[in-house]
Amino acid sequence: MLGLTTRFSFLALCVLQIDEEVAKLLELKAQLGGDDGKHQFVLKTAKGTRDYNPRQMAIREKVFNTIIGCFKRHGAETIDTPVFELKETLTGKYGEDSKLIYDLKDQGGELLSLRYDLTVPFARYLAMNKITNIKRYHIAKVYRRDNPAMTRGRYREFYQCDFDIAGQYDAMIPDAECLKIVHEILSELELGDFCIKVNDRRILDGMFAVCGVPIDKFRTICSTVDKLDKVRLSQQEAHAEDSVSVGSVAGGGRYDGLVGMFDPKGRKVPCVGVSIGIERIFSIMEQKAEASAEKVRTTEVQVMVVSAQKNLLQERLKLVSDLWNGGVKAEMMYKKNPKLLSQLQHCEEAGIPLVAILGEQELKDGVVKLRVVSTREEVNAL
Amino acid sequence: MEDKAQIHEAIKVQGELVRKLKSEKANKEQIDEEVAKLLELKAQLGGDDGKHQFVLKTAKGTRDYNPRQMAIREKVFNTIIGCFKRHGAETIDTPVFELKETLTGKYGEDSKLIYDLKDQGGELLSLRYDLTVPFARYLAMNKITNIKRYHIAKVYRRDNPAMTRGRYREFYQCDFDIAGQYDAMIPDAECLKIVHEILSELELGDFCIKVNDRRILDGMFAVCGVPIDKFRTICSTVDKLDKMAWADVKKEMVNEKGLSEEVADQIGEYVSMQGGMDLAERLLQDQKLSQSKQACAGLSDIKLLFSYLQLLQVTDKVVFDLSLARGLDYYTGVIYEAVLTQTGVGLGSTEAQQEAHAEDSVSVGSVAGGGRYDGLVGMFDPKGRKVPCVGVSIGIERIFSIMEQKAEASAEKVRTTEVQVMVVSAQKNLLQERLKLVSDLWNGGVKAEMMYKKNPKLLSQLQHCEEAGIPLVAILGEQELKDGVVKLRVVSTREEFDICRADLLAEIRRRTSEA
Repeated sequence: MLGLTTRFSFLALCVLQIDEEVAKLLELKAQLGGDDGKHQFVLKTAKGTRDYNPRQMAIREKVFNTIIGCFKRHGAETIDTPVFELKETLTGKYGEDSKLIYDLKDQGGELLSLRYDLTVPFARYLAMNKITNIKRYHIAKVYRRDNPAMTRGRYREFYQCDFDIAGQYDAMIPDAECLKIVHEILSELELGDFCIKVNDRRILDGMFAVCGVPIDKFRTICSTVDKLDKVRLSQQEAHAEDSVSVGSVAGGGRYDGLVGMFDPKGRKVPCVGVSIGIERIFSIMEQKAEASAEKVRTTEVQVMVVSAQKNLLQERLKLVSDLWNGGVKAEMMYKKNPKLLSQLQHCEEAGIPLVAILGEQELKDGVVKLRVVSTREEVNAL
Repeated sequence: MEDKAQIHEAIKVQGELVRKLKSEKANKEQIDEEVAKLLELKAQLGGDDGKHQFVLKTAKGTRDYNPRQMAIREKVFNTIIGCFKRHGAETIDTPVFELKETLTGKYGEDSKLIYDLKDQGGELLSLRYDLTVPFARYLAMNKITNIKRYHIAKVYRRDNPAMTRGRYREFYQCDFDIAGQYDAMIPDAECLKIVHEILSELELGDFCIKVNDRRILDGMFAVCGVPIDKFRTICSTVDKLDKMAWADVKKEMVNEKGLSEEVADQIGEYVSMQGGMDLAERLLQDQKLSQSKQACAGLSDIKLLFSYLQLLQVTDKVVFDLSLARGLDYYTGVIYEAVLTQTGVGLGSTEAQQEAHAEDSVSVGSVAGGGRYDGLVGMFDPKGRKVPCVGVSIGIERIFSIMEQKAEASAEKVRTTEVQVMVVSAQKNLLQERLKLVSDLWNGGVKAEMMYKKNPKLLSQLQHCEEAGIPLVAILGEQELKDGVVKLRVVSTREEFDICRADLLAEIRRRTSEA
C-alpha cells in the first residue's frame, strides 16, 4: 500500500512537473510579438487544483453512488452550504492552521473566506436554524492553502465527505452507527482489508494525567503520540483538522462543544461524526482502473445509430429521436455522410454495446440491423 | 460604561425594529439581517469569554440549502443529468477558482462583478464567473478538438443586490456543450432537442423555444442602416423586447442610442416577425434582407435547423423569432432561449436568475438559453486553433424556485430521507433486538433507521414515521420475539402483519419494490 502510494505520487508529480514547465514555455513564447495580445497567458489551473476529466468523473460518480447509497440507507438527509463564509465565522476555529485559510479580497463588502472544512459550516447551520437533532451528510470541496513544498501531492481544493449525527441521545448508539457506516462503505468499495481503530479522548487525557504529564502539555504530547502511525505524505480526509496517516481512509469522533461556540446562548448540541477520505479513495480507484483490463466508460450510451450508405441522415435523425423518446441512451455522428467504419470504430472506443444500422435495403424491407458490438452478431429488427 | 448604555439603547431600538418587521411579515432575508444585527449588539454586552462575538449569517447573496431543498434539487438534477446522459454526454469538473488572468478580458463590463481572492503571496486567483470560460481553457489546455460534455456547478458574481432583487451571488449553472467541427446544424439541433426533453420532463408547464441567429441580426441591422459601431448596443436594446413594449424600445434606440426614427422603424418591422421554416424562406426572398450575405447564411441555416427539428419531433415548441437578441458578444451563429409561457407561476423575487449562457441578461420567464460560439476556444489556444462550439445553459435556479413553489402549494409531502422501514420497540429493554434487526436490514440493502434511545416510547417512534413519511414499521415486542415474528405495520393504512423473522427481509423487499 505504501509502495503504491509512493509510486503514484512520484508519477503524478512528474506529470505535474512536466505540465508546469510546458506552461512556463508557452508563457515565454506568448510574450513574443504578442499577436493581438490574445494569447498572453498560461494555460494552467491554479496551484494545488486540477480539472477532473470524464474518466475521473466516471470513477468519482461510482464512488459517490456507493457512499451516498450507504448514507441514505441509514436515513441521512443532506444539506449544502456556500463555498465561502464570513471570515469571522471561521476565525478562531482552526488554531495554527488558520494561516492556511483562503481569504477573499476586500472588495468593499463583507470580509469572506473559503470554507476550510464542512464541520464549522455545519455547526453554524445548526446554530443559525436552532436545530437540535439532525442526521446529515455533506459532500463538497474545501480549501486549504497548503504549502506544496512541505507536503508533496497535497491538493489545495479537495473533497470532504462528512456524515454527522447531532443531538442529545442515549450513550454510544449514534457513535456505533457511525462505525457501522464506515464498515459498510469500506466493504462495499472493495478497497481491500481494513481496520478501524477506536480510542477516547478521555482515556488519553486520563492516561497522560496518571503518567504524570503536566496538564498544559496534554495537547502537544497528544499530537506526538498521534505520529505513531504516521508518515507525512498526502490526504486531508480527516474529520476537522486531524492529521492523517498514510493508509487512513476515514476518521472522526465525538465533538460535543463545537455547536455551543456558535449559539448566542451557548446551547450545546452534542455531535458525533465521520469524514470519509474521498480523495484517497478516488486515487486508489483510479489506480485500480488503470491496472485493470476493464475499460472505464465515460458515457452510458447503449445504442449508436449509424448509416451504411450515403444520404441517410434524415432516417438516422428520425430513429435516434424515437430512441430518445423511448428513454434509450443513444447517439449518432454529426455528419451527413459518415463512413460506416468510422462509426463502428467510435462504438468500439466508447464501449457502446449495440449498433442500429440503417441501410437502403433494410429500409425497403422495413427493418433495422441491430449489431452486438462485442460478438459482432447481427439481427434484423422491425 | 457610556458605551454600554449606548449599546443597550441600540439593542432596544433594534429589538423593536425586528418585532415590527416580524409582525408586518416582512421578507425573510430582511428580518434575518436585522435579527443578526440585534444578536451582534447583544454579543457586545459583557462579552462572556468572547466566544459569541459574531453574527450567525451566511455571506450576502449566498444561502444554505436545507434537506427539503436538497431533495427537490436532487430530483431536478436527476432529470436533467438523465437527459444529458441519454444523449451520450460526458462530464467534467473544474476548480472553483481560476488564475485571475484566465478570466481577464472575457466578460467585458461585467468583469467588475468577479470575486477576487486576496493576494496572499502566491498566484492571483478569481472565483469562476461562469462555466464556459473554464470549458474553453480545459479544451485548449488538453488540446481537445471534439467533446460533448455537461457541467453542473456553482458560479460566483458580485451582483449588487439593491439593483437586482433576488439575485444570488453564488448560484448553479448547468451547461451542455458540443465542441468540434461537424456538419452544419446537426449538433445545434440536438441542443434544442435536449432543451425540449428537459423542459417537458420537468413538467413546468407550457414553454416556447425562441430561435434566431447572430448573422441574421447583424445582417438586418446592416440593411436597415444601423452604423456598424452601434451593432452591439442596438442589439442589447432589441434584447429588451421581451421585457418592454416596442414603443419603449424604439424610444431607447432613438433617444439614447442615436438612431434615426426611420432606421428604428425598419428594425421594428423585422423584429415583430415570428414563424417557422416558412418565415426563413420568406425572408430569403425579402428584397432588403437578401442583400446581406450574412443574413442569407443565417437564414439558410435556420431553414436547415428546422428541417432537422422536424425529424427530431420538436417543432411544436420552437419559434423563429427575430426579436431574440441575447446580450452575449461571443455568439457567432444560432442563438436560442426557452421561456415558460404560463404566467402567474408566481415567480416572485427569484425572477432575475443567472442561467444564461455566460453573461446574457435574462427575461422573466426564461429557463434556458444558448447558441453557437465558434471563436471562444481559439482565444485560449496559443496557436489560435479554433474549436467551434454550440451549447445551452439550463436555468437551474429558476427551475428550483418553481419546483419549490409547486411543492409548497401541493398537498404532497417532500421527503428528505429515503428510509423504507423504521425499527421500533413496543416495550422496554429491546434495544439489543432493535440493533440486531436494523443491522440485518442494512446488510440486506434495506433503508432503515431506529431511535437512538434505549427505551423509546412506541408513540414517539410511530410519530416520527408519520412526520418523516416512512412507509413501513417493524415492531419488536416481547410476545412477538417469543413467537419468532416481527409485526410489520403499513403506516398509511395502519394494517399490521405478523411476519416470520426469517421471511422479514423478503417481505419488506416485496412491499418496497411494489411501491
